[in-house]
Amino acid sequence: MNNASTQRRVGLAILAWTITCLIFFPIFWMILTGFKTEAQAVASPTLFFTPTLESYVEVQGRADYFKFAWNSVYVSVGSTLLALLIGIPAAYSMAFLPTKRTKGTLLWMLSTKMLPPVGVLVPIYLIFRDLGLLDTRTGLTFVYTLMNLPIVVWMLYTFFKDLPKDILEASRMDGASTLQEVLLLLIPLTLPGIASTGLLSVILSWNEAFWSLNLTSSSAAPLTAYIASFSSPEGLFWAKLSAASTMAIAPILIFGWLTQKQMVRGLTFGAVK
Amino acid sequence: MTLTRALPLTTLAAAIAVASHVQADTQTLRVATVNNNDMVIMQSLSDEFEQAHPDIELDWVVLEENVLRQRLTTDIATQGGQFDVMTIGTYEVPIWAERDWLVPLTDLPEEYEVDDLLDTVRDGLSQDGELYALPFYGESSMLYFRTDLFEEHGIEMPEAPTWEQVHDWASQIHDPENEQFGICLRGKPGWGENMAFVSTLVNTFGGRWFDEEWQPEINSAEWQEAISFYVDLLGNYGPPGASSNGFNENQALFSSGKCAMWVDATSAAGRIYNPDESEVADRLGFSQAPVAETPKGSHWLWSWALAIPSSSENQEAARKFLTWATSREYIELVGETEGWTSVPPGTRTSTYEDERYIEAAPFANFVLTAMQNADPTDSTLKPSPYVGVQFAGIPEFQAIGTQVGQMIAAALTEQMSVEQALDSAQRSTERTMRQAGYYD
Repeated sequence: MNNASTQRRVGLAILAWTITCLIFFPIFWMILTGFKTEAQAVASPTLFFTPTLESYVEVQGRADYFKFAWNSVYVSVGSTLLALLIGIPAAYSMAFLPTKRTKGTLLWMLSTKMLPPVGVLVPIYLIFRDLGLLDTRTGLTFVYTLMNLPIVVWMLYTFFKDLPKDILEASRMDGASTLQEVLLLLIPLTLPGIASTGLLSVILSWNEAFWSLNLTSSSAAPLTAYIASFSSPEGLFWAKLSAASTMAIAPILIFGWLTQKQMVRGLTFGAVK
Repeated sequence: MTLTRALPLTTLAAAIAVASHVQADTQTLRVATVNNNDMVIMQSLSDEFEQAHPDIELDWVVLEENVLRQRLTTDIATQGGQFDVMTIGTYEVPIWAERDWLVPLTDLPEEYEVDDLLDTVRDGLSQDGELYALPFYGESSMLYFRTDLFEEHGIEMPEAPTWEQVHDWASQIHDPENEQFGICLRGKPGWGENMAFVSTLVNTFGGRWFDEEWQPEINSAEWQEAISFYVDLLGNYGPPGASSNGFNENQALFSSGKCAMWVDATSAAGRIYNPDESEVADRLGFSQAPVAETPKGSHWLWSWALAIPSSSENQEAARKFLTWATSREYIELVGETEGWTSVPPGTRTSTYEDERYIEAAPFANFVLTAMQNADPTDSTLKPSPYVGVQFAGIPEFQAIGTQVGQMIAAALTEQMSVEQALDSAQRSTERTMRQAGYYD
């Protein structure tokens, strides 16, 4: 390996690490603040202090973390499965049996993401009230499914498009039905793509704060509502807020860490031709 | 099925039947509240209430103030019925009561001693003479200062300081190199943040939000004078980055000894007098909120109160909770368990007659006078059509206040001149008021 390329690689590595540190620093600081006392949290920033679990104890004493966490898992995984269930057939038909309106439909679907959610808050709230869906996990799962469907369909569509049509045609000639074609060929062949779509959908649902705060109150409140209960414009709760936030992001952080290979593989799937 | 296998099943079925029967007798009250010290104490003491009322179970929804406000407004406006007790302020109560969204609180039990409630707070929570919410705590605003720094500079604090004097003192004490700032004031944009303070400043400079025909007066000479004064004072003698400081940030700055003066909520007193939370607890003085042209509206009046939405299905139980959480008995309970500086201030005359409270809280009588003097119905020099000291009690005000707050923050950071900021605030307010149908 020559000198110039080594230098380039080292330079790139330094750049990558710098960006990583910059992005991770606020999270690191939040985790650190969670182990401080309230007084230390607002004092001059310091890296060295005697850590305490005081905030964690207090946070758990005020609200049951596990109830909120279970709601988060339920709605984010539930809505992702539901979105994939609807998204896979939709993307299949758009990728392999396009009509002249397919492109337009895809764009229209994406355009629904451009509407500020608050614009439809009151109608959705009224519908939910009449259907008895307010503060239920089913209701929130349903909204998240709708929220993520455009992205799920778009991503699946691009993954499916990259699959050579010949493979599906060959299976059809061997007598496979559409269902067999999807279940036995399409899904196994594009699994990395489907997995990364699912992972992204889980993360988006986990972090969603507008609908979860507005449509739930206590029974179905996920971790975003849990964090909101520790934030305050009057009174100092920074250490407690940090402790609550750390607990709220921990599961998704670990989940992201464990699935990073699939995520990267999925997101770069078909990128190099 | 053999008997041994059937037995556990029948027992289970019986247990479920009993449990559901017990549950049917228990009412669950969903209480929505803000996240601040007083409310956290209420939550922790609520076991006492549940013990005294075994048939009522409390389910807490604690949210950040702005989130809570949005959440409650959506629910009450659509009659969603998600909550049985709502924590709202003096701004919301009259507006919501007028729309019949709240249950009137008439015929309160005698032992509740409704006449013990402070008159101004009671008026603030009433509509057409009827009470619609019970005050949990109340506050006004006042000037906090550091006695050691004032002594060092040979300054004596008069009983009623003026803004001109405050400006003078701030310039004398300001020493940014040693992180000693002349004054800390709210700068973070928001109708409940910088505009709460700025409105009182405008009031005392003789300005008002609207004239009697609801025409905004934001680019009037009084506003120009008040805002130029504010930008000059806070910009030159305040901490760096003042435009992002709200109540919390200023409390942190003041308690760590960085500010010589601070004008803010009287409810902060309990905390900055507490040596566990404040480094300056032993060097603390206080005085009335400064005045300029007129004392009218120079200090605000606010109360967090508990109300029952008319969409609640458990109104009777909710009433029991309300009268417990805002009672004398509750104040006594907090005093005994959490210490007398922690009792919810500014609601009952009896609190200010209690020797234990006066002894623990040297600021007690001062706060009482400030609260009794704040008159939301007469807070401006020239007559105004609205009720409220630090806000105008109309539904449009939240949007207007926040937008104007952003313009003023922009003037503070010198992104635009005071004149430009106020002109642009005036235009946007005129537009909002026209759209709302106040005039053509």
